[in-house]
Amino acid sequence: MKIIIAEFAAAAFVLFARAITAVRAIWPEHGLPSRPCVYFANHSSHGDFVLVWAVLPPRLRKLARPVAGAEYWLKSKISTFIGRDVFNAVLIEREREKRTQDPIALMTSAIDDGSSLILFPEGTRNLTDARLLPFKSGLFHLVSARPDVELVPVWINNLNRVMPKGEIVPIPLICTVTFGDAMRIMVNEDKDAFLERMQSALLALAPKPLGTGE
Amino acid sequence: MNTASSDLLTLVLGIFGVLIFASTIGYVLQQRFSANGPNAAVENLNARIKAWWVMVILIGIAFIAGRVGVLILFAFCSFAALREFITLINTRRADHWALASAFFIVLPIQYYLLWTKQYGIFAIFIPVYAFLLMPIISVLRGDTERFLLRIAEVQWALMICVFCVSHVPALLTLSIPGYEGRNVLLIAFLVIVVQLSDVLQYVWGKLFGRTKIAPNLSPSKTVEGFVGGVISATLIGASLSWITPFTPFQAGVLAFIITLMGFFGGLVMSAIKRDRGVKDWGNLIEGHGGLIDRLDSVVFSAPIFFHIVRYWWSLS
Repeated sequence: MKIIIAEFAAAAFVLFARAITAVRAIWPEHGLPSRPCVYFANHSSHGDFVLVWAVLPPRLRKLARPVAGAEYWLKSKISTFIGRDVFNAVLIEREREKRTQDPIALMTSAIDDGSSLILFPEGTRNLTDARLLPFKSGLFHLVSARPDVELVPVWINNLNRVMPKGEIVPIPLICTVTFGDAMRIMVNEDKDAFLERMQSALLALAPKPLGTGE
Repeated sequence: MNTASSDLLTLVLGIFGVLIFASTIGYVLQQRFSANGPNAAVENLNARIKAWWVMVILIGIAFIAGRVGVLILFAFCSFAALREFITLINTRRADHWALASAFFIVLPIQYYLLWTKQYGIFAIFIPVYAFLLMPIISVLRGDTERFLLRIAEVQWALMICVFCVSHVPALLTLSIPGYEGRNVLLIAFLVIVVQLSDVLQYVWGKLFGRTKIAPNLSPSKTVEGFVGGVISATLIGASLSWITPFTPFQAGVLAFIITLMGFFGGLVMSAIKRDRGVKDWGNLIEGHGGLIDRLDSVVFSAPIFFHIVRYWWSLS
């Protein structure tokens, strides 16, 4: 019963997201990896992973699990149901001092089980005017533990305008989700160089700001 | 079967005939030029023809469903067009409630007023009430950055995407003596003339186009395409007088006005696209771009057509 409701809710979320944003995916030249991988995206809204999830082809969507903050999703019964059962999120504890489980271990075990991850390496929603916040080191620790896993940058455009922080009514605006070509960590690449490379690969997918002419 | 539905049936069969003809040409071109690897122009042409099938069938279903169907179809067009328009304009967080009310209050009210046939308030609701109330909603947040620009753009979006588009189904509210129950054919007349004019301008331009008419705005539009398209669409309009309350001459004059407005509407909407640095308004319709790309000429001709017919022919 719970599974049926969860499936139904997931379909409703996707339908709602599509009706509001008419979301369109822009695929990379060489296609998406067919094996489980890590999608890493910019983060500006709670709806971010729903959009990524909505545009993935059904076969890949089934494998994909968003990585999200446990503090936020385990707050109430409904949000727990949405986080755990509908989106099958990998819930990690963000506050270091209160942690009972190692986030990297949770993520690697999900990968080992054959899941893909949808990850937001900025660590929190970007509410500033900067296009991207500096990445947290989680992504690096994850690929250090599983250096074979492929990394796919994903730029989510416009969703921050659909539902800015603190608003409850979404404004219908067209959103795009741009996927880049898959990458891997290079041999002996250090943390700063790796994170820098990932950040610029993600930023390279961002469309030009509007009104800058041709 | 009454005359309205038998005329509509004749019209639909005629349109299907044209589309079958177009699809055949598209298929032959594809066999000749696109057999060994895709030819971009032919692929685009075929995508456009396919989209035409879908659009004609959607409008046909709306016509069969009657007034409700037509209102829902155009309300949806307004929604999708407004979404494309607002995506491209400068908005700030302070505009959130103004924008939300544009979509979820102003748009439904405009179509509700059409449903209840309250012409007086329908005609001024957006130019007066929305015009004054939207900036008030925005100003309450106290953000003055680019304020005039923001409120002007939202008002423009509403005028184009909701006010102007709603004048197409508004044709159903006119009461023309001797034309009772046939108003849906006025919509067909307007849409067919405008869209055929666009298509014919494209075809004449492709065949004989030499001189660019507005190189800064729309590099594909040519003088030859414009003249050929307007003349042929005017003649087609005149020959469609049997579905209208007009004489062939009157139908030709109205078709001429419609095609001119449509042409200049296309230029205005192109200029906005240039200003925002985009090629198309969106990606809703395969091969055509966004909905506004298809609707731009209708938007500019519908209110003028509506008011001319209302002034000279309608009792209400």
